[in-house]
Amino acid sequence: MTHLKPVNRKAARVERATAQDVVALQRTGLPQLPHFPIGCSLVFSPGWEADRAGGTAGLCQPVERDLFDCHIGCYWPAQVPDQLNHAPDWTSKCAAAQKDWRKIDLIFP
Amino acid sequence: MTAWAAREHHRFEAAGKPFVYLVPSAAIFELDEAADAILRALGERPRTREELAGGDDIDAALAELARVQAIGAVSAPPPQTPKIIPLAPFPLTTMVLNVTNQCNLSCEYCYEYGEDKIVDTEKGKQPKFMSEETARESVDFMLKESGTNTIAHVTFFGGETLLNFSVLRKTIAYARQRGEQLGKQVDFSLTTNGTLLKPDIIEFLAENDVGVTISIDGPKEVQDKFRVFHNGTGSYDVITPRIKELLKRHRSRPIGARVTLTSGKMDVKRIYQHLTEDIGFWEVGFAPVTTAPGRGHAISDSGYDEMLGQFRELADDFLAASVQNRHHGFSNVKETLEELHKGVSKAFPCGAGLGLLGVATDGDVALCHRFAGSDSHKLGTVRTGIDRDAQRAFLETHHIADKTDCRTCWARPLCSGGCYHEAHTRYGDTRRPNLHYCDWIRGWTDVCLEIYGALAVRNPAFLTQFDDEPAKEPVS
Repeated sequence: MTHLKPVNRKAARVERATAQDVVALQRTGLPQLPHFPIGCSLVFSPGWEADRAGGTAGLCQPVERDLFDCHIGCYWPAQVPDQLNHAPDWTSKCAAAQKDWRKIDLIFP
Repeated sequence: MTAWAAREHHRFEAAGKPFVYLVPSAAIFELDEAADAILRALGERPRTREELAGGDDIDAALAELARVQAIGAVSAPPPQTPKIIPLAPFPLTTMVLNVTNQCNLSCEYCYEYGEDKIVDTEKGKQPKFMSEETARESVDFMLKESGTNTIAHVTFFGGETLLNFSVLRKTIAYARQRGEQLGKQVDFSLTTNGTLLKPDIIEFLAENDVGVTISIDGPKEVQDKFRVFHNGTGSYDVITPRIKELLKRHRSRPIGARVTLTSGKMDVKRIYQHLTEDIGFWEVGFAPVTTAPGRGHAISDSGYDEMLGQFRELADDFLAASVQNRHHGFSNVKETLEELHKGVSKAFPCGAGLGLLGVATDGDVALCHRFAGSDSHKLGTVRTGIDRDAQRAFLETHHIADKTDCRTCWARPLCSGGCYHEAHTRYGDTRRPNLHYCDWIRGWTDVCLEIYGALAVRNPAFLTQFDDEPAKEPVS
């Protein structure tokens, strides 16, 4: 960092901890690629359907994430619009599915 | 286009440079011109990138500020602090042993005997003095509950602690022996009013490396206003020669004075100078009296302002001395600097009920020494152990996440709502944040941040002393 200088020990920890963004399924040491799971069962994806208590509150990834994972890389027919031709901006307001999934709106042909 | 908004922070300046204290992480960063300009602009209202004039510099500064969560996209909800309750069993660090609930002074403001007392120490169920057996059971309890810690702190308290010196002496011997068997070091300290510091007691305290804190309010006229014997005579003339004897003989540990500030004319600097220069204390810590509002000795709102002004002056002296690596004994600053240096962000205001417990004369375990003997703040007994359900219930209801009033306060990483006992005395409820001294806490935290920033610029080596010091709470 060049504009901020960590002064106390916590600031140094914050700097270290944010040195690289951590995203789900990230493999450290490799360049970060967009996340395209290759089918639900072929990739190690802990906490996919239910958390250890059987609910969805403590999932490693938000349930809304399924929407993307399923429609891109999986055989499961997720009902999403055609993002190549018809609705390219469908998810433009949804930077992080966990927070912004409500901003994904319905598409009418 | 993304609009940026400032997240919770407190900007301050020290040694001519801008700094930011981030909430709730408690991280402190020095800002350069670009970052400072952005933070100030966003502090007024959210703005888009276009509204923040400037070149590539601005983009880089924005990215860094966002990275440490000083700012965030206005559309994204601010991150919520999770409510995490520590896992039981949490190791016990400090046990405060109330070896007696009797006292040979009758200080009007005393939280144990005055108008605001919680426990009836005259006709109550507790014995007036802790028995040798209960003290031994307490030591066993402490060593067991300290878990994997290799050091256990035992603090003797009262009443007037030295009224039960015979039990204190035997307890130290027993704790040493048990500690050795279990491979644990036991550290001892006590608080006393100084009236009973006779030569043989001083000799014992020095030989046994017992940390000593003396409750004393200052020069004669200040000390004798409230700190009086039962017949009303002041205690100053009795204690000062004894304290000087103690300071002369007991050199192995720094000996501190603990001052209670009350209403009326306040002269923090003079008290400090008297206690350090005339009497010879190494450190002096000040605390406003704990009392229900409306009492004669209660500090008023303007009194808190006055206290802040005087603390600021003394803190400036501390800074001047520390820049030159000279010792200064204003311990309030030192304690806060240590917490700022570590970046402490508290879920609970203190370790009471967690790493610190108080034990009453009958062996009942309470939140802390100030609640010792109170049935409504009981967390078990030294014989049956910590009542984990009661402890859990306490922690569940006293977390900072439950203190709505504190939710927007930038000083909450350090204050976390303030003393439970103060809240109990003031509002009758330990869960309440101490709203009567918010301005004082924010003002004082700001003073300490300025000192911290100034030291970080002018003498950063001074701050390294806080790197490895284990957290130990002052008991008052």
